[in-house]
Amino acid sequence: MAYDKFTTLTSTAVPLPIENVDTDQIIPARFLKATTRDGFGDNLFRDWRYNGDNTPKEDFILNNPIYKGKILVGGKNFGSGSSREHAAWAVYDYGFRCVVSSFFADIFKNNCLNIGVLPVQISPEFSEEIFEAIYADPNTELEINLEAQTITLLSSGTQESFDINGYKKGNMLNGFDDIDYLQSMKSEIETFAESRPF
Amino acid sequence: MSKSLFDKVWDSHVVRSIADGPDVFFIDRHLIHEVTSPVAFVGLKSRGLSVLYPERTFAVADHNTPTINQHLPVEDPLSANQLKTLEDNANQYGISHWGLGHQNNGIVHVVGPENGITLPGGTIVCGDSHTSTHGAFGAIAFGIGTSEVEMVLTTQCIMQPKPKKMRISVNGPLSKGVTPKDVGLYIISQLTTSGATGYFVEYAGDVFENMTMEGRMTVCNLSIEMGARGGMIAPDEKTFEYVKGRPMAPKGADWDKAMAYWKTLKTDEDATFDKEVSFNAADIEPMITYGTNPGMGMGISKNIPSAESVEGGKATYDKSLAYMGYAEDEQMIGKKIDYVFIGSCTNGRIEDFRAFASIVKGRKKADNVTAWLVPGSHIVEAKIKEEGLLDIFEEAGFVLREPGCSACLAMNDDKVPAGKYAVSTSNRNFEGRQGPGSRTLLASPLVAAAAAVTGVVTDPRELL
Repeated sequence: MAYDKFTTLTSTAVPLPIENVDTDQIIPARFLKATTRDGFGDNLFRDWRYNGDNTPKEDFILNNPIYKGKILVGGKNFGSGSSREHAAWAVYDYGFRCVVSSFFADIFKNNCLNIGVLPVQISPEFSEEIFEAIYADPNTELEINLEAQTITLLSSGTQESFDINGYKKGNMLNGFDDIDYLQSMKSEIETFAESRPF
Repeated sequence: MSKSLFDKVWDSHVVRSIADGPDVFFIDRHLIHEVTSPVAFVGLKSRGLSVLYPERTFAVADHNTPTINQHLPVEDPLSANQLKTLEDNANQYGISHWGLGHQNNGIVHVVGPENGITLPGGTIVCGDSHTSTHGAFGAIAFGIGTSEVEMVLTTQCIMQPKPKKMRISVNGPLSKGVTPKDVGLYIISQLTTSGATGYFVEYAGDVFENMTMEGRMTVCNLSIEMGARGGMIAPDEKTFEYVKGRPMAPKGADWDKAMAYWKTLKTDEDATFDKEVSFNAADIEPMITYGTNPGMGMGISKNIPSAESVEGGKATYDKSLAYMGYAEDEQMIGKKIDYVFIGSCTNGRIEDFRAFASIVKGRKKADNVTAWLVPGSHIVEAKIKEEGLLDIFEEAGFVLREPGCSACLAMNDDKVPAGKYAVSTSNRNFEGRQGPGSRTLLASPLVAAAAAVTGVVTDPRELL
């Protein structure tokens, strides 16, 4: 599915400094029964966000209106566990366009890139600085420049570069996806398939 | 140049390498199930694309399926809709479909190997992280997201940078009561849930050489729980023996040709890895988890470690123990439990039920325990009956259910209630994984059996 182009994003951010946030927390399994990809944002972090009677848990960050923005800053090893792309859809559908962490689980990172959410991996030290800055002032903004591959904490000017595969970067800048690319080499794939023994 | 097993299989599937980009990687077998495929088909339809190789694609219903009364219509309308959508899509695109009631139905990672879909040296993907299971055959197998399911349906390829390589060696004799599940949980406890992120793992050493195919599948299944993309074990005579004669395995001249190739599938002696770790089998005892990720595991006789002694943030650790209702330094032995689940793609194979039976034989299910015995497939279910295990279970007060993913992720009705403790042979103890508020202790079938007959966490070595 083609997605929105990503160039530069300047936004406040929501801090979630918990380690090993697994995809079962991002979107619990019981919400995976849909057959379309819309509406998952309502259940993003469902069991951390709501009590059993569907009232919001006041101490969870998404229920605190002073924290908002298009960037989610997570703890180390964000997105571990299941391969469910629904987790990335939930993040996107809720309104986030970028997830920042000092370490991402593989499949979650891949899934984000495939649907137009930019995963930005930063150092643990910078991660700490960002959390502290947001807690000190929730209006703190981050600027993420995909072309330059930089993330900047605007209040202090602290900046780091981040890695992204050159091909994936091109896709995100242009709003292309892998299927567009693979379709263009179909005959090469068919020739290859004929050479496979099984 | 010297190559590892992983290099050999990976390199033979690269259709094109993109400079500063991923490889275009060819997929031999694509397994799909009802949860992660519907949106991929929506994408195909909206683009007006077709399925390139329906004969390389296999649809199996497993995540949502009930484990009782499978002959009746599925009650939950959302589950019923997903199952019907899988069937409709399979029919529309000419894909084989093993739905509820089909003799080959079961968990996708159990029925793949059973039916000879899984072959050495092949590549297998599925929209499910435990696809790593199939690495037990010397295949490259890993979980993918739904966008990638769509990609594979229509091009039989995904775009994937080649992961780094890690070799995990375990040598020496395993102690009494130590199973492949314990080996897997031990490795994860040592490496943490992110210790192998970015790597593809090869398991080496005599512990894995001596393991049955079922055991190897259990270990490879757990690779994803240490963050690895997948894990694999070089195929050997045991592998070939397992594959031979399976319905979809090559036959006749094709078999001979396959064998000639499969025998080359081992790591060259001077091949190098990006990371190597090794463990002594003697250090492993029956394992149990006490926290909310699979890395929070320990030998069953030990006490819960203190936050200071584990890697990672104290706040996260404290949150985890609070969720479980446990405290630092407590012992796990003797803790009361409420549920026991044996099944899942980790431990739902015949060998796991044999292990379970070895302890419950001649004993009785504890009154405080609700037990779910869920075979991984109809073929496993049939073997349980053939081998007389069902009689042992029934005499001990257990009931055998019908196959499916069941309480591993609780997408069906098999949910552990809030606050209750379950000893589970599945792969994840995340918060709410087995139902909102549920608390999961991951363990081997032997530990699960010991808990099922005593009603508390029990060292299985005392009952063997």
